[in-house]
Amino acid sequence: MTHQEKRAWIMLVVSVASYAAYAAIILSRADGQPLPRIPYAEVLLWTVGSAIGASIVAETALGVVNPRASRLRDARDRQIGQLGDYVGSSFVVIGATAAMLMAMAGWDRFWIANVVYLCFFLSAVLGAVTKIIAYRKTFPQW
Amino acid sequence: MKPTRVTNSIRALRFASGEMTQAELAERIGVTRQTVIAIEQGRYSPSLEMAFLIAHVFKVPLDDVFHYPDHLEE
Repeated sequence: MTHQEKRAWIMLVVSVASYAAYAAIILSRADGQPLPRIPYAEVLLWTVGSAIGASIVAETALGVVNPRASRLRDARDRQIGQLGDYVGSSFVVIGATAAMLMAMAGWDRFWIANVVYLCFFLSAVLGAVTKIIAYRKTFPQW
Repeated sequence: MKPTRVTNSIRALRFASGEMTQAELAERIGVTRQTVIAIEQGRYSPSLEMAFLIAHVFKVPLDDVFHYPDHLEE
């Protein structure tokens, strides 16, 4: 497994774990009250920050566990990386468009922030899954 | 999107070149061993430049390394 494929796996696991933790905390705080009344901002920022920190720690740990592993990034790695980023970016656009429309329609900030966060999460997952499939299966030709 | 139609004889050429390992070939053309494996298994089509580099390593023409079907089925 190349270093870049390991990074894609880290991105997938960390993204899923951090979003699952966020959703679990928010839903546990609901207790029958409407979701927009739940204090979410602090939890959201902490889970995003923790996800970034966990990714850095996991990548550092990879280097410590196997210091002789190659970190070479070749043309195939770059092509797969670009494909994953291209596929994942679709959800960033969807999230931004949804947030813009929701703001114009006067939706609560809770929903706007959460739609943006959900789309960031889906973008990361879709991009990582695309990269992993491209590494494991055939790199698609157009 | 479709899988590549390019086939290759890299595995045979490696063995004909003193049983060169995938890692040795990868090092000589500046890619990861996983990329050599993917090319060898037809899961990845290399760039023209990478294809020439591989042919140069084995000191054979490009046609002896990579093959493309004469008649394409649509």
